[in-house]
Amino acid sequence: MSLLAIESLSKAFGGNRVIDDLSLTVRQGAVHSIIGPNGAGKTTLFNLVSGIYTPESGRILLDGAETTGLAPYRMAALGLSRTFQNLQIFFNMSALENVMVGMHLHCDSRFLPAMLRLPRIVRRDAEMAEAAAGLLRFVGLAEAVGADADSLPYGALKRLEIARALATRPRLLLLDEPAAGLNPAETGEIDDLIQKIAETGVTVVLVEHDMRLVMGVSEHILVLDRGTLLAEGSGEEIRHNPDVVAAYLGEEGRYL
Amino acid sequence: MRRRLATPRTGGLLALAVVIAVLPAFLPNNFYFDVMILVGLNAIVCIGLNLLVGYAGQISLGHAGFFGLGAYSSAILTSTYDWPPIAALLAGAAGVGLLAFAVARPIMKLRGHYLAMGTLGLGIIISIILTQEVDLTGGPDGMPVYGFSILGWEPSGVLVWYWIVGGLLLLTVWLALNIVESPVGRALRAVHGSEAAAQTMGVDVVHYKVLVFVVSAVLASIAGSVFVHYIGFVTPSEAGFIHSIELITMVVLGGLASIYGAVVGAAILTTLPQLLTFLHDYEMLGFGAIMMGVMIFLPRGLVPTTARLLRDRTR
Repeated sequence: MSLLAIESLSKAFGGNRVIDDLSLTVRQGAVHSIIGPNGAGKTTLFNLVSGIYTPESGRILLDGAETTGLAPYRMAALGLSRTFQNLQIFFNMSALENVMVGMHLHCDSRFLPAMLRLPRIVRRDAEMAEAAAGLLRFVGLAEAVGADADSLPYGALKRLEIARALATRPRLLLLDEPAAGLNPAETGEIDDLIQKIAETGVTVVLVEHDMRLVMGVSEHILVLDRGTLLAEGSGEEIRHNPDVVAAYLGEEGRYL
Repeated sequence: MRRRLATPRTGGLLALAVVIAVLPAFLPNNFYFDVMILVGLNAIVCIGLNLLVGYAGQISLGHAGFFGLGAYSSAILTSTYDWPPIAALLAGAAGVGLLAFAVARPIMKLRGHYLAMGTLGLGIIISIILTQEVDLTGGPDGMPVYGFSILGWEPSGVLVWYWIVGGLLLLTVWLALNIVESPVGRALRAVHGSEAAAQTMGVDVVHYKVLVFVVSAVLASIAGSVFVHYIGFVTPSEAGFIHSIELITMVVLGGLASIYGAVVGAAILTTLPQLLTFLHDYEMLGFGAIMMGVMIFLPRGLVPTTARLLRDRTR
């Protein structure tokens, strides 16, 4: 069964149909990529799936259960997490606390026990701090454990978002341009990190413009164009699909 | 042990307790005790307001309204209906909590300037009602209130009130620190940092906005109730717009997202007007200038800026 299924989804902004009767499925496991020209609707699709936007029509199913129109925090509880194309870091907190916010669903977040600082709250907070430090090390940010988020460089913030997303213990992780703005060496590290995440059993879907990263890391590629699914398949199939080559990669296919 | 003393929790609470305990030895007469009691009450309101404004990033320009509602609930219930003061205080707090809960859902959907306007309007409505309902509130002239009593004990004299308010302040600081250093506090700061990311991390943003609005309103209400029993008299100006602005200025001066900042801001801006009474005509001018000065030169506020300086120096 597919982990994520999208059926005839549509979303328009002021008459501009950004997602147009789109259907696709993402099966459990491995790394999937969504590519397409600017304005193809990739980020809008992420915003629809994660509940930030509500679609006009169509259905979204996560592991067979309909989730259309659920608020983002409900989606998080169902095992969906994401990063953002434009960083959405909590700059008013430390790096460690950023990750600890990601564990919000896995701790007692009621008001009264927190206000009275019951021993179990303190104990659980210590456990979470340790787990969060572990996640920072996992994404290669061991040195950021004691740092404020606003003191970290751009590349580290991209990883911090990934660590925070992993802290929710997602089944499906959406990465929106994880390599944007990174140099080739940093992109290579992100590549390794994505594979490491996939090996832990998390299904990863990424939107990315860096073709080398996409081709290297993804088992399955979906091509969006003007809000519809233009093609899908393995890297090799996509590379030789004439529609894709014409719409996106250039007539010559010279970027491949 | 030394490290523990440097934390805001242990060290800060201890320092505050020592200051409160030692201060009476340096206060020459009742006037200064009176000022310190007002500092304590304003600090309690500012701590709640800072949870809302500094931590959760939601503005309120109407918090004096909740303070006034607490004050008038206690005044009316004890004087007109002969309720025991503690019951009146709790009923006032519960009523204000319910009111805040009811208005929070629609009002917390607003952001930035719109939220400022919404809360401003709420405060003004409360203040108008307190002024106009002459039969109930005594109108613009205000109304007298009996003293406080609990289980037959009636606190009297400024020293007793000083200890009561000092104790309440310590308790409020402790509870607020607990909230801040918990999953709830992190959720509040996440709402401030990025609503989109907070939601995606599983934080129910609306729930936490409503929660912190209610908590800050209830704290203001309790402070209002204690205030009214101490002063023995209440006028609608306690609920007025000017008072709301004073409270916000205290929070901003002391430092957004700093519990001790709220205390320091309240201490400075409550004490200054009392010590510089000959400049009374320019009081609001002074508040405005302080607000502008802090925004330009000390955007983090006094306490966080000082803490950062100290931390950088010890490194």
